[in-house]
Amino acid sequence: MSRQVVATARDIAPGTCKHVTVKGRDIGIFNLDGDYFALADRCPHAGGPLCKGNIVALVQSDGPGHYRLARHQEFLRCPWHGWEFDIRTGQSWCDPTSVRARQFQVTVEPGEQLVKGPYVAETFPVSLEEDYVVVEI
Amino acid sequence: MNITVRQKAAAQRLTVVDCDIHPAFRSPKDLHPFLSERWREHMTTLGEHLRNGLSGQLPFPRMTASGMRVDAFPEQGPPGSDLGLMRRQHLDANGVEVGMLMPLSRAGMEERNLDYAAALASAVNDWQLETWVKPEPRLRAGIVVPQEDAVFAVQEIERRASNPAYVQILISPRSSDPPGHRRYWPIYEAAQRCGRPIGLHVQGYSGGHASTASGWPTYYMQEHYATSSGMQNTLASLVFEGVFERFPELKVVMIEGGFAWAPALCWRMDKHWQRMRKETPHVKRLPSEYVREHVWFTTQPIEEPDDPGHLADIIGWIGWDRLMFSTDYPHWDFDDPQHVFKFSMTEAQKAMLFRDNAKALYGLQ
Repeated sequence: MSRQVVATARDIAPGTCKHVTVKGRDIGIFNLDGDYFALADRCPHAGGPLCKGNIVALVQSDGPGHYRLARHQEFLRCPWHGWEFDIRTGQSWCDPTSVRARQFQVTVEPGEQLVKGPYVAETFPVSLEEDYVVVEI
Repeated sequence: MNITVRQKAAAQRLTVVDCDIHPAFRSPKDLHPFLSERWREHMTTLGEHLRNGLSGQLPFPRMTASGMRVDAFPEQGPPGSDLGLMRRQHLDANGVEVGMLMPLSRAGMEERNLDYAAALASAVNDWQLETWVKPEPRLRAGIVVPQEDAVFAVQEIERRASNPAYVQILISPRSSDPPGHRRYWPIYEAAQRCGRPIGLHVQGYSGGHASTASGWPTYYMQEHYATSSGMQNTLASLVFEGVFERFPELKVVMIEGGFAWAPALCWRMDKHWQRMRKETPHVKRLPSEYVREHVWFTTQPIEEPDDPGHLADIIGWIGWDRLMFSTDYPHWDFDDPQHVFKFSMTEAQKAMLFRDNAKALYGLQ
């Protein structure tokens, strides 16, 4: 297990995803209003490139004819079969107990702290002034 | 858009025959070189074909990206229109040894103007060869014919039959009458004569009928489900009209309509045949026997029971030699060969299902 700097915090705008490859793994890093999450770019349902899917809200209903959107921009919809995953937990919405997208631990850390190490910043020159997204893998 | 293609380790690779790949036109003008001036002019000035009132529209909005895999859009044109991307993303990446082209759009099957339908079908048959099969020998064409014009259909089949690039004959399972009706028999006779299977791929457009027996569905989810009930109607029609009795060498492939329903349909048809066969004396054997002998099923979109082992039971009931792997690339409900079967198979079963059944049926080397 090591920790890798994958982006500056401002690289990933709220509501967007940045694709990175760390140790040969394809990963999507998501920014949900300042909270960062990392999911493997592989759908646990049928292997689709999950992180290339749309970032969507959850559509909920109390019954026919009543609809509301909840949790805006917090779900990821697989580009193949449309399975929806909670970006915060990796859980599948329709089969939460047994299907889960692989998650990785993400932290945002100030450059000042990172330059001291022991973190690996393979592709990012780290400066003191920036905040960085660090993935544990 | 930059599309990265996931590399798969050679050791994990299966080689497969994909029995359902959808090529697309970059634009309708791609057909112009294969149409006579008369029909080019018709297409340009009168307009695109289609027999429903929503010409140019799908009857239901289809999931994401108009029914396409979101990751399958080339730099220009729609998914399925770029051979380079199809090679990188699908044929190479998924170990496709042979792929069956399934051209549905503008192929004339749903066109009411039968002269235009004939021109479109013929153009699409040329287009498959020139645009796909010649540059990419892994691909095979189908002879598309408008089933409502059996006279033209037979001519077109006979004109193409000497070319081994065309491995099957494609007609719509949603024809104006149920496909077992005698008006379509000349097509089956021609298919039998030239030793090509009839491919029946589910259709979003109809021969004038709603997709369910009780009318138009409200949602795409219903419409998608209706393809499997529609295929049951199609198969029952072929059986009870006596098509397989009349054409004992005929082979039929049910494409993209599911297959888990087939055993239950056969049990029910057999039960009714035992009680009511006097009404159809031309159906001389148990319906299930005709299905077992004459019918093949492609796998996508596969049923996904809670216990994946149930699917293995169902395949066993149908016959391991009758299922043929398909992906539906580049459509949204694509099945990946590495992930689609969630139960264990013997090496022999894998070889049959992924490759050898299709090779035997289509006479591939």
